[in-house]
Amino acid sequence: MPPCARSRCTDALPMPEPTRRLVSRHTTLRLLVVLAVVGAPHVLNIPLWAAALVLVIGLWRAGVATRGWPLPGRAVKLAVTGLAVAGVLATFGSLNGQTPGVTLLLLMAALKLTETVRHRDHMVMVMLAYFLLVTHFLFNQEIPMIGFLLLCTVLVTAMLVEVNHPQGPMPLRTTLRSGGIMVAQALPIMVVFFILFPRIPGPLWGLPSDAGANAVTGLSDSMSPGDITNLALSDEVAFRVRFQDEPPPPSQRYWRGPVFWEFDGRTWSQGDSAALSIGGDLGELGNRIDYELTLEANRKPWLLALDMPDTAMSGAFFDRGRSLVSKKAVMERRLLRLTSYTDYVLDRELHPWTRRLALTLPASSSPRAREWVAELRATHGSDQALIRAVLQRFGQDPFTYTLQPPGLGSQPVDQFLFDTRRGFCEHYASAFVVLMRAAGIPARVVTGYQGGERNGGYFIVRQSDAHAWTEVWMEGEGWVRVDPTAAVAADRIEFGLGQALPAGEPVPGLARRTGAWLESVQLQWDMLNAAWNAWVLGYGPELQQQFMAKLGLRDWRRMILTLVLLVTVLLGAVGLWALWQSRPARHADEALQLWNRVSRKLKRIGLERRDSEGPEAWAARVIKQQPELASSMQALTRDYVQARYVGQADAVQRLRAQVRALRV
Amino acid sequence: MSRLGWLRHPLRAANRRIEAWVTTRVQRVPGPVAINRRRVYILPTRQGIVFAVMLLAMLLGAMNYSNSMAFALTFLLGGLGLVCMHHTHGNLVNLEIGAGRASPVFVGETAEFSVHLHNPSQRPRFALAAGFSQGDAIEPWVDADAGDSGTLLLPVAAKQRGWVKAPRFSVSTDFPLGLFHAWTWAELDMQTLAYPQPAGASLTPPAVDDEGETLQAHRRGDDEFSGVRAYARGDAMSAVHWKASARTGELVVKQFASTAGEDLVLDFDSLGSLGVEARLSQLCRWVLDAHSLGQPWKLRLPGQTLGPALGEAHLNASLRALALHGRPADA
Repeated sequence: MPPCARSRCTDALPMPEPTRRLVSRHTTLRLLVVLAVVGAPHVLNIPLWAAALVLVIGLWRAGVATRGWPLPGRAVKLAVTGLAVAGVLATFGSLNGQTPGVTLLLLMAALKLTETVRHRDHMVMVMLAYFLLVTHFLFNQEIPMIGFLLLCTVLVTAMLVEVNHPQGPMPLRTTLRSGGIMVAQALPIMVVFFILFPRIPGPLWGLPSDAGANAVTGLSDSMSPGDITNLALSDEVAFRVRFQDEPPPPSQRYWRGPVFWEFDGRTWSQGDSAALSIGGDLGELGNRIDYELTLEANRKPWLLALDMPDTAMSGAFFDRGRSLVSKKAVMERRLLRLTSYTDYVLDRELHPWTRRLALTLPASSSPRAREWVAELRATHGSDQALIRAVLQRFGQDPFTYTLQPPGLGSQPVDQFLFDTRRGFCEHYASAFVVLMRAAGIPARVVTGYQGGERNGGYFIVRQSDAHAWTEVWMEGEGWVRVDPTAAVAADRIEFGLGQALPAGEPVPGLARRTGAWLESVQLQWDMLNAAWNAWVLGYGPELQQQFMAKLGLRDWRRMILTLVLLVTVLLGAVGLWALWQSRPARHADEALQLWNRVSRKLKRIGLERRDSEGPEAWAARVIKQQPELASSMQALTRDYVQARYVGQADAVQRLRAQVRALRV
Repeated sequence: MSRLGWLRHPLRAANRRIEAWVTTRVQRVPGPVAINRRRVYILPTRQGIVFAVMLLAMLLGAMNYSNSMAFALTFLLGGLGLVCMHHTHGNLVNLEIGAGRASPVFVGETAEFSVHLHNPSQRPRFALAAGFSQGDAIEPWVDADAGDSGTLLLPVAAKQRGWVKAPRFSVSTDFPLGLFHAWTWAELDMQTLAYPQPAGASLTPPAVDDEGETLQAHRRGDDEFSGVRAYARGDAMSAVHWKASARTGELVVKQFASTAGEDLVLDFDSLGSLGVEARLSQLCRWVLDAHSLGQPWKLRLPGQTLGPALGEAHLNASLRALALHGRPADA
């Protein structure tokens, strides 16, 4: 053989930098597919043009990999980057915020694809894919997302396995299996961390203005005719409530939202001083009710306690209308523990300033209503009698409760009271407060939710349960709730919207409560969602503390100790599993064991194997001494050598049979 | 300054110390040697650190948004990183490192020692590499299927003639996720010969008769030109037939009919004007030339004489004698 046949004959040692390696196009294509799966749900979140641009760049990159299209040059990349940034700025007016941020991230990731050539670039893209996953949860945290999360983690991990196999693409099954096993092993560790990792109340820094994209549209901070009507068309869940003891009857399930004082003839608003934390005096409490309320994010501060909440938790206060208000808007689902009393006296004494606020009407508004109240005043001396008379009128006259009220002109209250007489709760509440104020009775509009649907052990309160009612102040009784809607449609209070409205009305499907199977499936699903929301999504500092107390881990040091201990045990198990997987296969050892058995058998005739002897030498010695053993000894030796040194699995089987058959 | 240098790069300094301690535990053995789990070292790679930083960012984000699913994903990926450590470790542990062959080289070339990695387990191992320092991976990477082997190549520059020993080397892997680098040290009894570097063709070989009488060099250029043949390693540049090479596109050398019965005697002592190494280089060149011309030669070194003979075995014996001149015959 000529010397140095394979040598490279170079002086310097070849030291290829691992990061310089190119990657096969199969790997690139698979990466593109994985990124497409991971990014897919964002199509609903980002502007259409951005989604289209990302798709085009991705397809182009696929074309580069398969058809040999050229990669875009520097100038093109710079231009597209500039356009993308300009596009985001033009669409959102800023680069800050959740949606613009995610849009920009996706666009930049797509652009990075055009320079993803080397091994290291692929590594970066895979890391980016992991990061992209987390951005989905800013938009959606429903139960199906956990499936998506696991699927994507397995896919991205399989991709990472592939990228780390520099010799070329691996079979898809191998990488997926490897990724799946690792994710499965990481799952228990995730659960332990999720439960025991100390949670602190957020946010650490400011949230972007468009955070809480999961939020549903709820009550607003003003009320015009038609506002609550629109809300009532929505089936979305506003909050869920679990009462500790017997739930209160429907007529007492008023969930208090914003209270309105100021009226401009059409729109009710809270007024400038409403946010003042002067929640009024609450006394003579009775009929205590403890409950848990899981509030959906709504980007508003109202915490919607049952009338009438007792104390505010930290981070919340009572405003002038005794609405429970959070200092920060509700951007994520919140679990609240509340206590309310359905028997109470609120503000036995009315401050003169508040009284003035509760009696003010715009000077030129509702002349016909004022006239009518003046007539009523003449015949009904007491406030109670006047209120009764007005409610009676609502019940008797052809007043109709409807989701489709006719439009109202410049004097909406007068028109409603004397012309159209068709309206939803906000029309009745608004007209009633105007009439009261005109009669000199302090009154205010309260909005919130009323009722709720029982589902197993808890109540679902939907946007369709949104309601407006009123409170009037009576000497000696304080603020008393008066619900004019009850006068016109008593069923609304007792049985909800679906029962109170005639059949032709566009009531949202679930509000009808027909008991159809689809509805029951939806209610079951809601039950699952409620548990998910309460125990998984609502798992924050408060719930963690309670849970830890139940486990007997009262201080955080014990919690961390337990966390470390459990993770160590789980990881140890994984480590043992990995070692077990890597152990030398048994057939080699078994061959040796069988061989030793042969030796033990031959020991009876004084021919056991000596330590210094190899198999062949021993066999030769045995055959020399006992020629009748020649054939079996030769076969044994051959199979032993094959099993032990060649690693043939079937040789072990043959050996096993022969050892059993060996008679000495 | 130098004494406090570790303060500037504490991690690097600690790493060096650990590596120094670890490498003293490596003994030169004939092999094969199984990778014991106590001899597997593992550290995060740069990507591993990037991954950890990304997880930290995700954790802060999850805290800021009080986002439970973001917490879940962060913890899942954290768990994945920890699990990956065991998988990387398991990809290396219990492999058997066996010594392979390396062909002799000339000084200035690179000897390539092959190292066999046998996988005695039932799970395949992927992306294994050899290296000389920690974190170093020399291509090619190999896989070793269950019960199968893969072969790595260790390139070692031959700087001096004589025995070239394979140095201590590492066998390492980043598989499966590239977040951790696991490696082990091994030093196997592998060696190969480095022949002297062939000198240029400035001197013509002397012709010496059997009795030791020096004859006037018999210029082969005066011989009958008998044709051309393909260039072989070691051929003198002056022998290249440039015109023919340009025509055919392949290097060819001129060949001359050798005079029958005339043996070439290559004598160490006849090159008195040169230093020892230069003499060996020159002899090496002549030996290669003679071999390529098919001319029998006799190599005379102090204390031994080889030949006259012709052929592969004689060539190898001559080169070996030249390589080991004045050196112990075994490594």
